Amino acid sequence: MKYVPALTVAVAVLFVSAPILVAMAPYESTMGLVQKIFYFHVPSWIAMYTAIYVNGAASALFLFRSRPAADRVGAASAELCVLFGAMGLVTGPLWGVKAWGHWWIWEPRLTMALLLWLVYISYLLVRRYGGPGSEKLAAAVGVFGTAVSPFVYVSVNLWRTIHPLNSVVPTLKSPFRPAFGISSLAFLALFGLLLALRVELGRRQAALDALYLADED
Amino acid sequence: MNFAAIAWLVLRKDLAIETRSWEIVSTTLFFAVSCVLIFAFAFVKEEAAPGAAADAAAGILWIAVAFAGTLALGRTFERERYGDTLKALLLAPAPRPAIYVGKLLGIVLLLAAAEALLVPLIALLFGAPFFSRPLILIGLLAAGTVGFGAVGTLFAAMLVRARTRDVLLPILLYPITVPVIIAGVRGTSALTASPVNENLALMWLAILTSFDVVFVTLALWTFEPLMTE
Repeated sequence: MKYVPALTVAVAVLFVSAPILVAMAPYESTMGLVQKIFYFHVPSWIAMYTAIYVNGAASALFLFRSRPAADRVGAASAELCVLFGAMGLVTGPLWGVKAWGHWWIWEPRLTMALLLWLVYISYLLVRRYGGPGSEKLAAAVGVFGTAVSPFVYVSVNLWRTIHPLNSVVPTLKSPFRPAFGISSLAFLALFGLLLALRVELGRRQAALDALYLADED
Repeated sequence: MNFAAIAWLVLRKDLAIETRSWEIVSTTLFFAVSCVLIFAFAFVKEEAAPGAAADAAAGILWIAVAFAGTLALGRTFERERYGDTLKALLLAPAPRPAIYVGKLLGIVLLLAAAEALLVPLIALLFGAPFFSRPLILIGLLAAGTVGFGAVGTLFAAMLVRARTRDVLLPILLYPITVPVIIAGVRGTSALTASPVNENLALMWLAILTSFDVVFVTLALWTFEPLMTE
């Protein structure tokens, strides 16, 4: 909790500076202005995949060690995964309709990203409607979701694809790099901040529930 | 008692209960066949030549298996819940993963029976050349069924305690097992294509097998903590 003010400042600075850098970055030669959504789209997915791995680790920890704190981190990261996934799923088709001429194509990477997003929606549905003890069930979904996600990455190399490859990022020419780096950092910092806030909210809820129970006894 | 003996006992128990009533087998098989009929109405056009829906056959086969499998999974564990026998099963001095394997074998056997009925039926109704490479088709079906059943058995077992288990099982099961369905459908349609694309089918079989390894390992690993209250 003590990192929250510092993180908030960092997120504010990053989100103010990223648009300036994105505006300053040159137009990409073939795609032009359309390419700039890349600074928003790719960082959303980076944040979503970070959320998935945080959720996987927290779920495994909760499943095998029954730590309530791990469960709160798991729930918070699943919510953030759905949030950042929604951003990626909105910005992707906006780019796709300009670059490919289609809003959506059933291409492996898109399909698998959509599936992972659905897995974490189902995680939230189980927690919400599963009744007592559903935290454990949700944790199992989290573990399986994390296990499925490497197949997303592998799928890109296995199948022919028209999606820009991940290897584009390291080979990015230097004028594009600062904007992309700051955008990614901004999204990751935002993820960290929201995660910290959501976990703290969960902790307070649990503390309040414990107080109610103590009062009833 | 060793692991295999316990898994065999659990399987034999389920088979013994099932052969008294044939409830799950008969309802699952009938449901699978009615799925196929619904797809026939959706995909077969009156004026089209026979065999025109052959490319949809692979998809129809796998969707029928997935739907019937979900129904069977729900029923199998509903029976345990109704008799309150799952608790007794878990109290038995046996390793939990062995109980899981016994349950999984029962589901795989049931789905194998459904597939033995569905494959000739779909081949007949849609004119799909399923039998061009029978061994690869059997491999794809076996690997796909184990992958689907591995996740399904785990989720159905853990949902026994949940309030809205009927709705939650498909909600949890489909997003996670869709990779299995995709691999199965693509592999099978590579076999029904003309000319037969054997290498593509074998690649999908390899992917299915890797899914199986991951899913079965994870399920064996998480079954114990999930079933402990």
